Amino acid sequence: MRRGTTALSLALLAVLLWSVVYPNVSVIVGTFSHGLADWRAFAESPADREALWSTLVISVGSVIASLAIGVPLAFLLTRMEFRGRRVLSAVATLPAALPPLVGVLAFLFLYGESGVITRGVQYALGMEHAPWTLTGLWAIIFVHAYTMYVYVFLFVSAGLERYDSSLDEAAAGLGAGRALRLRRITLPLLTPSLVGASLLVFMSALGSFSAPYIFGGGQRVLATQILNSKLNGEMGLAYVETAVLAITAVIALLVLRAIERRREYAMAGKGRISRVAIANPVWRRVAPALAALLVIVLILPHLMVVLVSFARDGAWTTQVLPPEYTLDNFRRLATDPALWTPIKNSVLMAVIATAANVVICFFAAYVIVLTKAPGRKLMQLLVVLPWAIPATAIALGLAATFDRNDPATARVLLVGTFWILPLAYFVRNIPLVANAVEGSLRQMDPTLEDAARGLGANWWMTLRKVVLPAARPGLVAGTMLAAVAAVGEFVASVVLFTHNNRPISMEILSQLRDLSFGTAAAYSVLLIVLVLLITLGAKLAEGSVVDAERSAR
Amino acid sequence: MSANSLVLSGLTRRFGNDGSAAVSDLSLEVKAGELLALIGASGSGKTTTLRMIAGYEIPDEGRVVLRDASGAERDVTREPPQRRGFGMVFQHYALFPHLRVVENVAFGLEARGVGKTERESRARATLDSVGLAHAADRTVQALSGGEQQRVALARALVIEPPVLLLDEPLSNLDPTLREHTREELRSMLHRLGVTAVFVTHDQEDAFAVADRVAILKQGRLQQVGTPQELYRTPASLDVARFVGRGVMLPADVRGDRVSVTIGDVTQQAPLAGNHAEGSVLAVLRPESLALRASDGPGWKGRITARRFAGGHEVYRVALDHSAESIEVTSEQELVEHAGVHVVLRDQPVAVVPAG
Repeated sequence: MRRGTTALSLALLAVLLWSVVYPNVSVIVGTFSHGLADWRAFAESPADREALWSTLVISVGSVIASLAIGVPLAFLLTRMEFRGRRVLSAVATLPAALPPLVGVLAFLFLYGESGVITRGVQYALGMEHAPWTLTGLWAIIFVHAYTMYVYVFLFVSAGLERYDSSLDEAAAGLGAGRALRLRRITLPLLTPSLVGASLLVFMSALGSFSAPYIFGGGQRVLATQILNSKLNGEMGLAYVETAVLAITAVIALLVLRAIERRREYAMAGKGRISRVAIANPVWRRVAPALAALLVIVLILPHLMVVLVSFARDGAWTTQVLPPEYTLDNFRRLATDPALWTPIKNSVLMAVIATAANVVICFFAAYVIVLTKAPGRKLMQLLVVLPWAIPATAIALGLAATFDRNDPATARVLLVGTFWILPLAYFVRNIPLVANAVEGSLRQMDPTLEDAARGLGANWWMTLRKVVLPAARPGLVAGTMLAAVAAVGEFVASVVLFTHNNRPISMEILSQLRDLSFGTAAAYSVLLIVLVLLITLGAKLAEGSVVDAERSAR
Repeated sequence: MSANSLVLSGLTRRFGNDGSAAVSDLSLEVKAGELLALIGASGSGKTTTLRMIAGYEIPDEGRVVLRDASGAERDVTREPPQRRGFGMVFQHYALFPHLRVVENVAFGLEARGVGKTERESRARATLDSVGLAHAADRTVQALSGGEQQRVALARALVIEPPVLLLDEPLSNLDPTLREHTREELRSMLHRLGVTAVFVTHDQEDAFAVADRVAILKQGRLQQVGTPQELYRTPASLDVARFVGRGVMLPADVRGDRVSVTIGDVTQQAPLAGNHAEGSVLAVLRPESLALRASDGPGWKGRITARRFAGGHEVYRVALDHSAESIEVTSEQELVEHAGVHVVLRDQPVAVVPAG
């Protein structure tokens, strides 16, 4: 059997090296295709220097803004009891359910120069011009804060659930007031959660494409520079920009991991947190109103997209709200083949990519967790690597590698074909699925596998009857995350798409360019519905796991 | 350390929607420099009481008052824990995992704005007094359970609290260490003259450490007294059952004598303490009884089990005319199943109200 797992391990490594590592190596090699000329061009280009700088500012700014929103909200919702808490809890993670481009679209409709809120304020105050424009660094950070604070909120909430509240009581008993307890005890102990969330926000902001692309105005960031250079045919420069982006990501990863490692503590004791009512009478009065306001702010983007999807294209100009409503947008999506194709493409490509993720990542997690096969350490590294590399960089790597047929160097022509996008989605989502399955398998008692073998089950039967059921919760969750990410994917798509495989996100973008807001919003609503269906499917599958376990008992 | 006494009066705390009381109408005074144990089964309200003293719970009714040597009183009932500054040792110690041992101990001084050098030296001095000077610069995780407990104690003591509170301080120690720590804890707290309240469910811990013991049941105070008082003159059946071994048998009080009748044999002993005449339950401890090998006066029975208790034997005897089986201490060597007579010694016997 050992020979079998070794063969499996080597086969998986080959797939991962080919799809994950090779493209990145191609990019690095590509940066030297003109000697050092492209590096010099990068260093001397004011535009690129500005892009690097604003990319860093946006990433750090997004982290700070997300922490500023996510941390207090997590404290409030785990520690305090007030009217409206349940509703606020329910919608607090809603922004994460918006596909990236859709969130940007919603913000445009709400807070853009001719957005509902902007126009509302303008007319209410009788101003001649819009009170603000949603462009530049601040606009990008604003949009990022809305979608990315959810990571901070989730991480810190989880950290607070594990937090041993007797530490707080001990500090209070020793005379420490609220501020000192927060500074010296609570926040230091939440460092792992804070670092983990900051890292996730930093990475997402670093690779973020949609917000800078739509709201950037004249603002350059690395991710958009890469696309510009590619479209200008300056591939060498695009490679250098990609390499710089990827290196920045890796440095951030290493720095934050180093901070985190110094701060890992096991918490003992009973971590019970009891929610307390707000003591201050003024705050108690104000809290429900603030909660209500926050709920509205959080669901407004979703509502706005739905509203605009019924707006007649071209009718909405300077009014606060779209003046005319119609079902035409949806009717056309269903009847016009040109408009239907992107939907078909997105679904098909998501299915292909996710199926590949499920197979490869399940076996990879199996090899990593349950076997002693050679190369499993390397495999563990490879399955998380795509997570540390911004999506634009992944896409450019694929473009650099699979642009020709050359069996001698293991290259196949995929660029310009349908298959390049499913491959990109597959690579991007490897960490999602592999992590989820690994998590499930680590909870499985490893002696179960030995027990099954000892009872005479062969490898295949053990895999099917013991390993697969144990992996199932993670497999379901990972599949859901991957499918959701793939069906709305934008960042890699914008680099690699062709007319024949254009996904929904690209169609939203081109409708937006044509100022067909209604159609763009209708696509967005469709995307949200697809995400909901996938989530619902996963919930059902999860439910059947639970049912199966219950009936087995 | 300036010794304060702690006065609890009418403390009541209700939880949940039905408003059932976890602690009701509890009044108690802990004298200056006294070690008082709060003891009871789980759910008896002892931890809730401790948390009300510390300020983690606010009582629905009643007051928590500190009284200093001059008799001046300070009502702390509504004060938050950080203003009371009572040192507390938690059951799982609640040491800060990200701080070194000395930083843990210095934390209370830091909260009081003591400068860095002074708080370090005072923390080190306190660690020295609990025998942990050598561990000052270690991480908390590197310590054993017993050491962690002493760090928690040092951390609570360094702020010179008016009252020290300990929540099950011995429950996480292994048995040998536990016995040693009991003695150490008692002598250390006495040496420092600190007023202390400690909660435990373990009667042996309470008796070994405390000057006085308060017994709680279902949120109500049953009896407060020295260990000897609780053992010798329990106020109720519950206290008698909770404290020490023994069997409760129907009896009569006449004057200063107790008489117990089983079958047609009546035996008498002097009454411990005072009690009104009439029907009662006599608390027969193993050492208030003796065994006679054969005939003579006494209740007939048969030995069902024996256990060697070091220096003497404890026999369990099934009596012929009673459903109760009775434990008797004896220095004699008797075999199981042997027929014996149980004799009441001429020593004071406690009684509690019947039923």
